[in-house]
Order: sequence, then C-alpha cells, then structure tokens
Amino acid sequence: MTKDECKKVVLDIIADIAPDEDLSNVKPDVRLRDQLQLDSMDFLDIVMELRKRHGIEVPEKDYIQLASLDSCAEYLTPKFNDLAAKR
Amino acid sequence: MNTRSHYDVAIIGAGMSGLAAGIRLAHFGKKVCIFERHNAIGGLNGFYSIDGRKFDVGLHAMTNFVKPGVKGTPLGKLLRQLRIDREEFALCEQKQSRIAFGPQGETSLRFTNDFAVLESEVAARFPAQIDGFRRLVAVIKGYDDVSLDAQPVSARKVVREHIADPLLEDMLFCPVMYYGSATEHDMEFGQFVIMFKALFLEGFARPFEGVRVILRVLSEKYRSAGGERRMKCGVKSIIAREGRASALVLDNGEEITADHVLSSIGAPETDVLCGAAPQVTAPAVGRLSFVETITVLDRQPTALGWGSDTIIFFNDSARFHYEQPVAPVDPRSGVICLPNNFDFGPGQQLPEGLFRCTCLANYDRWAHLPEAEYLAAKKQWYATVQTSAARFLPALPSPGALTAATITTDMFTPRTITHFTGHFGGAIYGSTQKHRQGRTALSNVYLCGTDQGFLGIIGAMLSGISMANFHILQPGARG
Repeated sequence: MTKDECKKVVLDIIADIAPDEDLSNVKPDVRLRDQLQLDSMDFLDIVMELRKRHGIEVPEKDYIQLASLDSCAEYLTPKFNDLAAKR
Repeated sequence: MNTRSHYDVAIIGAGMSGLAAGIRLAHFGKKVCIFERHNAIGGLNGFYSIDGRKFDVGLHAMTNFVKPGVKGTPLGKLLRQLRIDREEFALCEQKQSRIAFGPQGETSLRFTNDFAVLESEVAARFPAQIDGFRRLVAVIKGYDDVSLDAQPVSARKVVREHIADPLLEDMLFCPVMYYGSATEHDMEFGQFVIMFKALFLEGFARPFEGVRVILRVLSEKYRSAGGERRMKCGVKSIIAREGRASALVLDNGEEITADHVLSSIGAPETDVLCGAAPQVTAPAVGRLSFVETITVLDRQPTALGWGSDTIIFFNDSARFHYEQPVAPVDPRSGVICLPNNFDFGPGQQLPEGLFRCTCLANYDRWAHLPEAEYLAAKKQWYATVQTSAARFLPALPSPGALTAATITTDMFTPRTITHFTGHFGGAIYGSTQKHRQGRTALSNVYLCGTDQGFLGIIGAMLSGISMANFHILQPGARG
C-alpha cells in the first residue's frame, strides 16, 4: 500500500462516519479537526472502523498520530504493509 | 429461538436509548442482546393500535431539529454515530408553536424553528427584558451540556441573574419543564440548557408517520448490524457477586450471562433488579406524572380554525406550578399538540385530525382506583382537560363543533405509564437524581436513558450512544 492509498482508506472511513462533511478539499498537512467538524467521538469511530474493516489496531497513546491525513499515512501505511506481509 | 446464553452486552429495554446503544455495540462487533418485556419496541416513545388506528405514545414532536448542514448539534452527532442518513427519518418541520399564559392566553410568545422569531417576540412583549434574555441565550450557547461530570446548579437561579420579570421566567420554564424535567419547581441548569437548545435554538419536527418511522430505522440498523432482540422477555433480576452482575434471570426463569449490562429502565428500578429494597418515594422516584387526552377528528384541525399552531404550552395562573398536583390532574397548565400542523409538504396531510392535551397528574390518585372508578375518572378528567386547553386555541366556529367532529378518543394516565414502561410512580422523566456517568452499585451495570439524564427523544438516543462508548467501546473502558 502506498501513502496515497492509505489516505484514501482514511478518507473513505471519514466519508462514512461523517457523510455531511465535504471531503473534496481536505488538506493533507492540516489537522483534520481544524478543517472538519470532528469531535473525540468521531475519532473513536475512525479507530474502531480501522479495526473493524482492516484489522488495524491503534493503541490509545497513538491517537495523536491520526491528527492529519499526512500523519495518518506516515503512521498507518507501515501497519497496513506489515499486515499484508503476514497474510 | 436463540439458545446462546452468553453476551458481551445485555441491554434491558428496547426504547430509544437501548436501541441506540445496541446499534453502536453491534456495529463494532459486540455480541449484544436487547431484552424487552413488552411485545412492542419504543418504551416511552412507542406507539399502539386501537381498532386499527395507530397512536404515538409520547411523541408530540421530535425536538433538536436542525436543517441539513448545521454542524455540531445533537441530531448531527446522533445520525453520525448510528450511521443514519437524515433522509431516512424524513423529518417535516413544525409550522409554529406558542407559549400562552393568562386565563385566556393573553400573553403569548410565538416560536418556530427560526430562533429569531422567539427573540423578536420577547423583545415586543418584554422590552425591558430583551437584553437580559440575550445574555441568558449567550450563557446557554456557551455551556458544555454533555459533560459527564458537571456540577449541579439551579436553573432558576441562573435564569434570574438575567431575567427580572417572573412572567417571562415562567414562560421560558414551562415548555422546558414539560418536555423534560423530572424535578418540581426548578431544574438543574445543565438539563435546562439541553432542553432550551432542543426546543428553541433547534426546533420541532416529525416524520409524516410519527415515531414509528424512527423506531423502524433504529430497529433495522440494529438487526442489520447483527444485534439480537428478545421480545416479551423482561429481566426479572440481576444476580450480584463480588460487586458485579454475574447473571441475569429472565421473566421465563432462564438465566443468561453478560460481561456488561446496560439498563434503560431507570435508576431505582435497576436497583430493585439488583436486589435492593424498593424505594417508592422522592428523591429516588420522581413525583411528576401526566395524563394525556387524544381526540381523533373527522377533519383537519384547520377546519375548526386550529390550523396555525403545532404545539401550545399554556398556563392560566399568576405563576406556573410545575409540581405534583393534590388532585388527580392539574388542568391549570398543559401542552396542546396538533400533529396535523407540521409542514408535511404539498398535498400531504394526515388522514385524520388529532388533538392531544397533556397535563400534570398525581400517580397515587390514579394507581389504586377500582376499574369502574378509574374509567369514570378518565371520562371526567378528559372533559376537564379539553375544556381547559380549548381556552388557548382560537374560538370554534360553533360551541358543539369539536364534539361533532370527534370520531373517537383515548386517554392515558400515570397508571398506563407504569403499566407499559415499568417506571415507578408513572414518572415519565424518571428519578430526580440523574447519574450522568451511568454508574450503579454494580461495576459492570450501567444506566442509559431517562435516569442517565440526557432528555428528549434525541437525548435518549445520545444517552445510549454515550454510555456504550464510555463504558464499553472506549479504550480503557472497564469490564
């Protein structure tokens, strides 16, 4: 998986949990919270959807890594690739 | 019939809060079962049929309505958390509502889903109070009403810091209390804020077919997420061991086990399931109950000149008394709902006219009446409530017009409420003691719904969601 594909995965999840948000111009280097109406409940949902759909576990201490699309990609892409290698 | 006997989560009660919690938990892979004593879902917000006619139980209007695109409100949070598309509820907005005070409703404040209407009405009727009103609204907007650990403050005290006219104070409290206060005379400010936002800053709407549309959506989400449901299967007792619920005994004698138990039946009611001696009086059990009269008409209310108002909150006395009456019913104040007067869109109207009135009632005066006396009391109070309410509506075309248009009537009393919901004392809004974090004497039993304290139909669903998140889904949630 590439980092761009990983960003797409995260955006797909956000599109499902927040269908009323316009995601066409999300800036990858800006905190998601600063450009979208996402609260801590919504971040909990992103974490739970990552586990449910993709088997990716994000421990609580790492939630901060999900702040922006860029940081999501940095943090999650290796996890996706590790998981793919094990399968 | 399901034979599995262990669940990650057992939910007691298939009302709005239980269903919402169930959807969250099932969606994230928990094995969940909802146990419901009755054969219908909905609890305090259910519906029933008589002679093929469907009646909504609690729902006058769904509060918390905001238009699509308005962010950061309870309705938006709820739709997100339950993955509901707002089109599924197909909400239709109110036309207008009123707060009408005085023997014939001489002082009236109109409000709609546009807050500017209420603001201009306050400015016109209470010019000396408008600055204070605006300050109060600013405080309300800035208040964190969903905090799970807020300290209780008197709402009367906070409101009086900004509003000096007792008439305006009472007029603001009347709708807020009628739509959600479990306490007499005053309420906790956080609760006042929740209801003020829900009624005035947001607004009223309803699906064309009423509450059953909402229940159908919830029920379908729950089923498709893999949740189980057992109807006509209440929980008789919770067996406690070392401070935890170790098993649940069902009405049929069967025992099941669950890691977590979410109870929507109320705080004192849950304590009794856990083996505590029943507490039947305040403060554990709320003192406020209601009667509601329902009149089915052969024409739309507009044909009687009643086509403008959706909801009217009325009071005929010098002060507004939100308290348990000494008499079976207190007809001095109440709520009128004309469900036909939502804007259902061109050519859409409910097949029959409906006229509903709610007044405060005394549970004890209704609870133990022999059947014949109970029926006679219903008949007598039905007439009193209708007569009282009619004073706040436009004059009828002729004195007998309402009776002539009436097809059938129904009425529920505090006794009906306890029968169908199990709430002690017919207390629709539950205990006066709310438990924001939903904790009980047992470490793996949590409250959701009425006694957790998020009120209204949207509040009930958010309560189920919050408690499921807080105690079960969130990292670090205890087992």
